[in-house]
Parts: sequence; C-alpha cells; structure tokens
Amino acid sequence: MKKVMMGNHALSYGAMLSRSQVIAAYPITPQTQVVELLSEMCADGTLDARFIKVESEHSAMAACIGASVAGARTFTATSAQGLALMHEMLHWASGGRHPVVMGNINRSMAPGWSIWTDQNDSLSERDTGWMQYYCASNQEVLDTVIQAFKVSEALMIPGMVVLDAFALSHTYEVVDVPDQAAVDKYLPPFKPEIRLTPNDPRAFGGLTGAEHYMELRYKLQKDMEKAPALIEETGREFEKMFGRNLGLVDAYKCDDAEFVFVTSGTAGFTARVAVDELRRSGVKAGNLRIKVFRPFPFAKVREILKKVKKAAVVDRNCSYGAHGIFFQEVKSALYGEPGTPPVFGYIAGLGGRDITTDSFKEVAAHALAKDRADEEIVWIGVKK
Amino acid sequence: MKKDKKMTLTLPAEELMACGHLACQGCGAALAMRYMLKALGQKTVLCIPACCWAVIDGPYPYSSLDVPIYHCAFETAASTATGVKAGLEMTGDAETTVVAWAGDGGTFDIGLQALSGAAERNDDIIYVCYDNEAYMNTGIQRSSATPYGAWTTTTPVKHFKTQPKKDIVAILAAHRVPYIATASVSHPEDFFKKMKKAKDIKGTRFFHVYAPCPTGWKSRPEDTVKLARMAVQNAYFPLLEIEDGEKYTLNLKLKDKKPVNDYVRIQGRFRHLTDEQIGSIQAEVDARWERLLKLSV
Repeated sequence: MKKVMMGNHALSYGAMLSRSQVIAAYPITPQTQVVELLSEMCADGTLDARFIKVESEHSAMAACIGASVAGARTFTATSAQGLALMHEMLHWASGGRHPVVMGNINRSMAPGWSIWTDQNDSLSERDTGWMQYYCASNQEVLDTVIQAFKVSEALMIPGMVVLDAFALSHTYEVVDVPDQAAVDKYLPPFKPEIRLTPNDPRAFGGLTGAEHYMELRYKLQKDMEKAPALIEETGREFEKMFGRNLGLVDAYKCDDAEFVFVTSGTAGFTARVAVDELRRSGVKAGNLRIKVFRPFPFAKVREILKKVKKAAVVDRNCSYGAHGIFFQEVKSALYGEPGTPPVFGYIAGLGGRDITTDSFKEVAAHALAKDRADEEIVWIGVKK
Repeated sequence: MKKDKKMTLTLPAEELMACGHLACQGCGAALAMRYMLKALGQKTVLCIPACCWAVIDGPYPYSSLDVPIYHCAFETAASTATGVKAGLEMTGDAETTVVAWAGDGGTFDIGLQALSGAAERNDDIIYVCYDNEAYMNTGIQRSSATPYGAWTTTTPVKHFKTQPKKDIVAILAAHRVPYIATASVSHPEDFFKKMKKAKDIKGTRFFHVYAPCPTGWKSRPEDTVKLARMAVQNAYFPLLEIEDGEKYTLNLKLKDKKPVNDYVRIQGRFRHLTDEQIGSIQAEVDARWERLLKLSV
C-alpha cells in the first residue's frame, strides 16, 4: 500500500510493522511526530505495545534496555540534545548486548539553539558500539527500521536509524508500506537466548575484573565485524521480498566514474543531480553515498574508490581540531592501498544550511582544479 | 507461675541470599536484602544501580542471590525497573515482582528524577532505598541523605554537614503513590509484613529501609542491629506506612521515646558534636515526630 508520509512517520510505521513491544521515548523537536503517531498506534490497538512516557531521554534508553533484557523488542527515537543525554546509556545498550533500535533525527547541537540538521549529534556517538544507518529517503527510513531489527537481534548489537531534520523528518514522500504478513515473515519475533527471568536467575553486568572485561569487548567487535556481510545478506533478502535493496552503500554512476562525491544522508540524493549535470558537461562524475557508518564499510569503499581518479568527501559535520568525520574514515579505508586517488575533504551544511546542487558544483570545481589534496578542510558556503 | 515462652520462627527459613557475598562485617544493607527476598520469594527480578549492592552480590560471573539481577546505571534504578516490568509483561510474565534496589545516593540524589518519573506514572514496581546515609561504596562521601552533624570524607570534622537530611518519604508522599513504608533491619518482622503487603499492591511502592554501615558510621559491626533499633525507638527513624500519599500509620507509637544522645554518641561519625549540637538534632527529631503524630491521626 502506498502512502504519502513524512520521514518521522516512516520511522513510526517501521517500528509498528516490526511489532515493537515496548517503546519508551521523550519528545524533542524534530522527532515529536515519531512518538506522537506511535502513541496513537498504541492507544488504538494498531500496535500491541507498551508506550512508557518517560521524563527524559536518559530514562527512555534505560527503560528500553530494561525491556530488551526482559526479552521484548524495543524502539525509541530522539535527536541531538536527547541523544547526548542518552550517551551513558548508549554504551550500556551495546555493552550489555541489548538490540534496541532507535531513530535519531540529525539535529545540530546547541548552543546556539538549533533545530536544523547536521550530523554532529549522531557522529559524537561513533564509538558507543551502535550500528548507524544514514538514510536518504522516507522509504529507506521505513525499510531500514525493519532491517535494523533483524540485524541487531541476530548480533545482539543496538542499531540507530538516522535521518536529516526537516530535509527528511518533515518532508512528505510517497512510501510503499509493506504488508504486515510479509514483514512478519522477514522479521520473526525476538527470542533472545538469555533473558532476565526468575526461571533462569542470572546476574547481568556485574563487577567485571580485568580478567573478563576485555573478552566481552572483543566479542562485541568480532560480532560488529559480522555486520557488513549480514547487512548485505538481509538487504538482498529484503529485495527479494519487497523489491528494494538495502546495502551498505549506494553507488550512483560510479562504475565508469573518474570523479566521485562521497556523501551521506539527504545530501547524497542532491549529489545525484549534481552528478547528472556534471556528466552533461563532460565530467565523468559519480556519487558514493555511504549508508552504513558503523560498522564502516571499509572494503566496499575501497573497492569503489580505488578505481576513480579523485574523490571529494562532503561532510555535514566537523570533528573540531581535526576535519570531517566521513573524510577521516574514507582516508583510513584507502590508506596503504596502492593506486588510491587523492581524497578532498569538504564541510558544508552545518546547522541546517542547505546543501544544494550548486554546493556540489563548487566542490567539483575546487577538486577538479587541483592535483593534490593539500588542505585538511575546505568549507563550502561559509561566510568567512 | 511464668510459662515458658515458645520461640516461633515467623520468617520463612528459605534463603534466597547465599553466604559468600562481599558485604562488610555488620552490613545493614546485606540484612535488608535477605529479609526482603524472604518476603518476595523467587519470582522477583532486581534492578541494582551503582551502590554497595552493585558489589555485594559478587563479581562477574558470580552472584550470591537466587533471583536475577540487572546491574543498571547509577541514576536508572526506577527507569530500568519500569522497562523490565513492561518487557516481562509484553512477553507473557505478568506475575514477577520487579524491584529497583538502590542506595541513598542513587535515590535521594542522582536517581531522584527517574524515581519521580516512575512514581508519577505509578509504574508497577517496588522501589527500595536502603539508606546508609552516604556514598559508602565510593568511600563515605556525603549524600543528601547524610544527616546533620555527620562526618564524611567530603564533610570533614571541621566542616561537617550542616544541612538536615532530605525528607525522601515526604517527596514520595507528594507523588501520592499507593504505598510507602519505612523499615529497619532491627525489625525484620515488621519489614517482612510490609513487603508482603506491598507485593500485592499495584503501582509504585516505595520502601525506605534504614541500614546502618559500620564502615561509614565508624560504629562497631556488632552494633548494627542495636543502632537500627535505637534509631527506631528514639524516633530518629520512625517506622511508618503511608497509603495513597495521605493515610499515615505509625507502626510503633513510642510511648517511651528515648533521647537521641546515646544513639549519636556511639557513632564515630558524630564524635565531634557538642551537647548543643546534639540538642539541635534532638529538636529536629522531636519536631518531625510531632508532625508525624498529627499526620497519623
């Protein structure tokens, strides 16, 4: 069934079709419609779930963790300050191996107060042990929630489905809502091997000495390393059932490309338009949109970029004192590989400033004119 | 002629807490756990944040309890317990009692927001605060449960705590939760009875349990039960119940209310106090007792 819906509601529908059993959330702009629709769904019985209206995002994640360890499928959604408040509990969810799935609407961190998009909120949670999927359309948002539950529950690692504030959260698009019976087939009920129950009394997360802790984290990394293959496999399975592939990256006209943009989120769709325009003017351009940021698809990025002459990473974020965060990951993917292209790093669109096709053309003009990538950051559209 | 008194064991003999736990000698919190589990039985799940009990049950992969434990973040005892209850219910277990078991720091201070949230929503959990009146697990730092006059490592003798203890029971009563009880490790039968009663009530139930700490109070381990009993008998820690935030019941009427002096004087943490300062503790205890007498009419 096709429906016109906003990105936020695509998250709600994803959570509903996944048959989330416990939802705990706290409102924050621009996430509010996610939880508004879910609370309606819980109230009218469309979704058989318990909605815990907590008093903070910190408690939201704590409640999700509690519900998850008790054996329930759990979902929440937040943004920016809310995600930052959850920070401690994000480590708890991954360290405790609780496959909570969360929607995060990318919103710039205050101060000054901003409700508009950039990625510094979610990328600040890079090292918390969560999988992160950056979406570019409402369809992708809905589909990815379902896939994220499947992957997270297989690996017992939580997953974050990320979308841009307003550019996606409040933008209406046509979304094909999959059939519930088909989703049930794709995503069977959550049945964890071990859970918190008096029938099998265990202590979870007690004091862990130096003789055990490292192995627990080693296992987390080893399972995270299984994620790229599992995301591709579950993505193909999804395509077989629903006709849409969900991979690690979305490579647009990269096969014969000489110059490739590396993008994420909605900017990745804008880049496609720029690629088409560049191609019309004779530049063999392509766009590599990175969908999965954690685990980082190193092999895939290497495979695509080693064939091109130049790559330009456009980051909607900044690691202050270093440079764009996708930029450093891309360079790290290519390091030591013979014959890799120069990689140029750009920062654009912070605090919700638009990244337009003109922004990409400016990036292309800059990169194509240079032989070496000798600047750490080139700022696009900034008033200096 | 006096008849021989027959001794009857009123608490179940079944133990859900094994020996081999890591509590200090004379730990009041260890007794509190033992008594609570006797009342609640095996169909219980505990959420334990950072506190002495995060360590007492034993390090990974051990546990000295025969009920499951989720070790949660410091400020999340209530919110985690709420989630666990919802998760159990959604997976077909509506019976199990979910307990948030936290110290005074995790309740009066860092966990107060989450506790207030759960209490306002009337989430179906039992929240137990075992109160040893400071951050004992980190090495005796003051909390807002530390009483006036006490030495701690962050309120040195020259600068002892001058603020009174936060009235956590009044805060919970203001939330109008269905059931609040205070209990003391010196009165296990009273504690047991109240816990049994609480088990059958729906909604947020709050226990404030007095748990002396020889390590932090600079008292003798063998005096733990004695101190707890003195605190009950001198109204320093009255035993009471509050139903729906309104109906106050004093469980011990204390016709012969003892002065606080003896109680204060056998604890090293109060050693520096002058008679006048102890007098002000007495005045505060008396005022609160009078208030409670009026409320329980």
